[in-house]
Amino acid sequence: MDIYLLEAIINGILLGGVLALLALGLNLIFGVIDVIWICYADIVMCGMYAIFFLYTQYNVPLPLAFLIAIIGVAGLGVLVHLLIIAPVLDSAPINQLLATGGLLFFLQSFATLLFGTDFRNIGVRLPVLEIATMYVSFARLIAFAVALIGAVVLYVFLKRTYIGTAIRAVAQDREIVGLMGVDQRRIYLVVSAIGGALAGLSACLLALQYDVHPYIGNTFGPVIFMICVLGGLGNMIGGFVAAFVISQIIAIGGYYSSTELSYVFAFTFFIVLMFIRPRGLFAP
Amino acid sequence: MLSLATVSAGYGSFQALFGVSLDVARGEAVGVIGPNGAGKTTLMRVISGILPMRDGTMSIEGREIGGLPAHRVVEQGIAHVPENRRLFPRLSVEENLRIGAFIPSARARFAEQLDWVYQLFPRLKDRRNQLAGTMSGGEQQMCAIARALMSKPKVLLMDEPSAGLAPIVVQQVFELAHRIRAEGLTVLIVEQNVQQVLDVVDRAYLLEVGSIKLSGTAAELKGNSFIREAYMGL
Repeated sequence: MDIYLLEAIINGILLGGVLALLALGLNLIFGVIDVIWICYADIVMCGMYAIFFLYTQYNVPLPLAFLIAIIGVAGLGVLVHLLIIAPVLDSAPINQLLATGGLLFFLQSFATLLFGTDFRNIGVRLPVLEIATMYVSFARLIAFAVALIGAVVLYVFLKRTYIGTAIRAVAQDREIVGLMGVDQRRIYLVVSAIGGALAGLSACLLALQYDVHPYIGNTFGPVIFMICVLGGLGNMIGGFVAAFVISQIIAIGGYYSSTELSYVFAFTFFIVLMFIRPRGLFAP
Repeated sequence: MLSLATVSAGYGSFQALFGVSLDVARGEAVGVIGPNGAGKTTLMRVISGILPMRDGTMSIEGREIGGLPAHRVVEQGIAHVPENRRLFPRLSVEENLRIGAFIPSARARFAEQLDWVYQLFPRLKDRRNQLAGTMSGGEQQMCAIARALMSKPKVLLMDEPSAGLAPIVVQQVFELAHRIRAEGLTVLIVEQNVQQVLDVVDRAYLLEVGSIKLSGTAAELKGNSFIREAYMGL
C-alpha cells in the first residue's frame, strides 16, 4: 500500500478519537435528558479559551490548566442545564433547540466581544513522530489515547456503578425510575456535568492542535452532529463508531483530493445514508 | 400500616379519585377491585408519589407521605410494581435488580437481598445476564416484583400483575403473590381478575368511578351478590 495513504488512514483514526469523545457527550445528554445541546462545540470553545488564558496569561502549569478547564466546563454544563434546559424541559422540542441554539450565538458573540476575533495558540509545539517513514502528529496521538481512555472510563462508570446504571435506566423509562428511589433531576445534573467534563477534556486535546477563536465551534460542531445522527441519536456506541467512519472519509478524501473537498465527501455520504438508513447506521 | 384518608387526585381538569379512604394492616394482603377506568392505577400512582395528591392525607406507620415525590416515598418503605411491569428492557435482569436497590439503605444490603429474591424466583438467577426485554411476560412480571422487593419494602403495591399475560401465566403470577404473602410482606394489590385476587387477599375494596363502593373480607365479597353478578359473572 501507498505509504502516504497509510499515513492518511492513521491520521484519520487519530482524528476520530476526539470526535468520538464529543459524540459520546452529546449522545449521553440526548439519550438521558432528551435534549440536544446545539451549543456543545461552543462550550468546548469556552474550555479552550480558559486553557489559553490560564496557561499563557496567568502562567498556570499546563496540566493544572487542563484540570481547571475540565472542572470548569463540567460546572458550565451544570449551569447550562439549570439556566437554559430545566426551564424548558417540559415544552416542545423545538423550544429546547431554540434555547440551546440561542446559547450558541450568545457564546460566540460574547467570546468575540471579550477576546476579539484573533486566532490564539497556547504555543505548545509537540513533536511530529516519524514512524517507518510516516509522519504522525504526537498531539493527535495523545488526543487519541486520552479520548479512548475517557470512553473506557465512561463505559465502566455507566456499567458498574449505581448512578451509572440509574443513568441508563432513565434513558429507557424516565417516568418509572422514581419508583426505585432515583431522583430524575439529580441524574440530569450528573449527566450535564459529565457532558461538560467531556467537552472540557476535548478542549484540552484540541488546544494542543488548533488555534482558538470565537467561531472554532463552527468548524467541528456540524461534524459532531452528523456523527451522532449517523450513529443513531442517543446510541453511544453507534456514535463512537460513526466518528471513526467519518474521520476516515475526511482523511482518505483529503488524501485523494483536498481537505475542503473531503468534508463535501463526508456530508454527501451522510446525506445519502440518511435516505437509505434514516435512523442511523446501526438501527436494527 | 398504610393509611389513606379522603384522598383525591386527578389529571388536569379530570378528577380520577374522590375522597378515597383505605387501610392496610401489617402483614395483611388487601385487594382493590373494580372495572377499567375506576381509578385503580391512579390510586397506586398517588400512593407511590408519581402523581401528586390533591387532597386528603396518606401515611405509613403514622408518618405522613402525602406530597412526597416518588423517590422519597420508596425510602419510607413502599415499593410499587407498576402496571405493564415497566422493566428497563435494555438492562440485564441483574441490572434491573440493582436499580431496585438504589436507595442507600438497600445498597448496603444488596448481596443479601439479591440472594433472597433469587431464592424466591430461581428462574431469575438463571436469566440474570439476559436483557430484561427479551424475557417472556411471566418472567418479566417476576423480575418486576423482584426489582420492587430489592428495596426491602414494608408495603408492596402491585398494579394489575396479571394484565396482558396468558391464562396459564396468570395462574403462575397469583402463585407468586401467594409466595410473597408467605414471606410476611404487607401487600396492596389492584386487579381486574376478581375471582383470583379474592383467593389471595384477606380483604378487598371495590372502587368504582373514583370512590370506594364496597369493602369487606375476601369471603364476604365472594358471597356478595352484586360482586358475583357484576364482576365474577356468576
